[in-house]
Amino acid sequence: MPAKRIIPCLDVKAGRVVKGVHFQNLRDAGDPVEAAARYDAQGADEITYLDIAATLEDRGTLLDLVTRTAARVFAPLTVGGGVRSEADFVALLHAGADKVSVNSSAVKEPALVDRLSAVAGAQALVVAVDVKRRPRAAGAAQEWEVYVAGGSRATGREGLEWIREVADRGAGEILLTSMDRDGTRAGYDLELLERVAGLVTVPVIASGGVGTLAHLAEGLRFADAALAASIFHDGQHTIPEARAYLRERGIEVRP
Amino acid sequence: MSLAGTVALVDYGAGNLRSVENALREVGAAVIVTHDPEAVRRADRVVVPGQGAMPACADAMRRSGVEAALREAIGRGAPVLGICVGLQILFEDGEEAGGSRGLGILRGTIRRLPAGVKLPHIGWSPVRGRGALHPLFAPLDGQYVYFAHSYAAPAEAPETQLLAEHGRPYCAGLVRENLFAVQFHPEKSQRVGLGFLRRFVEV
Repeated sequence: MPAKRIIPCLDVKAGRVVKGVHFQNLRDAGDPVEAAARYDAQGADEITYLDIAATLEDRGTLLDLVTRTAARVFAPLTVGGGVRSEADFVALLHAGADKVSVNSSAVKEPALVDRLSAVAGAQALVVAVDVKRRPRAAGAAQEWEVYVAGGSRATGREGLEWIREVADRGAGEILLTSMDRDGTRAGYDLELLERVAGLVTVPVIASGGVGTLAHLAEGLRFADAALAASIFHDGQHTIPEARAYLRERGIEVRP
Repeated sequence: MSLAGTVALVDYGAGNLRSVENALREVGAAVIVTHDPEAVRRADRVVVPGQGAMPACADAMRRSGVEAALREAIGRGAPVLGICVGLQILFEDGEEAGGSRGLGILRGTIRRLPAGVKLPHIGWSPVRGRGALHPLFAPLDGQYVYFAHSYAAPAEAPETQLLAEHGRPYCAGLVRENLFAVQFHPEKSQRVGLGFLRRFVEV
């Protein structure tokens, strides 16, 4: 098994970081390239950009951002937000993204997953899935519902079924976000992670809810990678601190 | 006209070529991104990156005439580096997409990594050296490097100098005289990877 990955995630909008990144002596807290270069220097295992607005007008801005990032960052870069077609997908790869994530457009047109997986191989395609817990009926198993459009719209789809479907269709990884936990700093939805990790054979990236280093360790019991935002952006912890913490707990991370 | 000190980076498919180009420039190389066989013939060094699936890549190499230029480069002693699928297409054949023919420069078959482990193999895994290591590979022994693949070359290939393991041991790096190839992505392996590329452009 490869080492467990720690992935700082930057939400971007119109080419800028949505929530400022608070590193010491960072010249421009709102420039994603500056932040990504810092995380690269700290030894982040990967960096993810999510374009949360993903408007058509901003497509060029996002491509320019990816181009500038790839010129300075020599760690894997995943980019998501607003990918609707093969052309969008290929444009991001050509700009310097190693992996591209799709979310709403895959729900709208599931066959898009098959087609994108064939373009450059499954390893270049991440399918992001945002889910929320459904009320649990007495005696029934817990279910989750898929949300799209940045978690703003319920789809009626059952989450675990959808995840199995996209894995079968050729997703190379699942970026799994718990809408219940996102932004709460209360920790990942561990029951969700455990269920999904037992369901698919592609790597699973845990997202939504990290508030402490202990949360990273919990999530990595089930997930292959841990995505986190504010605990790194707020300057609460550095990547080396997170790695040292995980190593002390017997989790394989890079030296 | 000779292009002294140049690296031809072969462009033959969909995928992230830009990162390899950026990394080569970062270590001081004069890079020409090309699918023109003549440019490959004139270059001092050739890099064949990993883009997409093995069948499509091998076909594109054949159709474009780059295959012949690549064989010439290897024959005249120019340092050549294959990365990821750029390693895989050097072999005779592969299992991907129902089977495909490689360039057959090296003997062996590219096989899917076994069931029972997470696939694709995505992330940082350690490589270990086998036998007397070429100076290009020696500093990599024991280091973690970045992988993103589901298929791999046999560990038993006689050219293998670096091994990695995911479900089974496989060839992570090989050398035959002036021909080098790696299954991992040096352009994405931070300092360790850039160091490797620097040694390649200075070899």
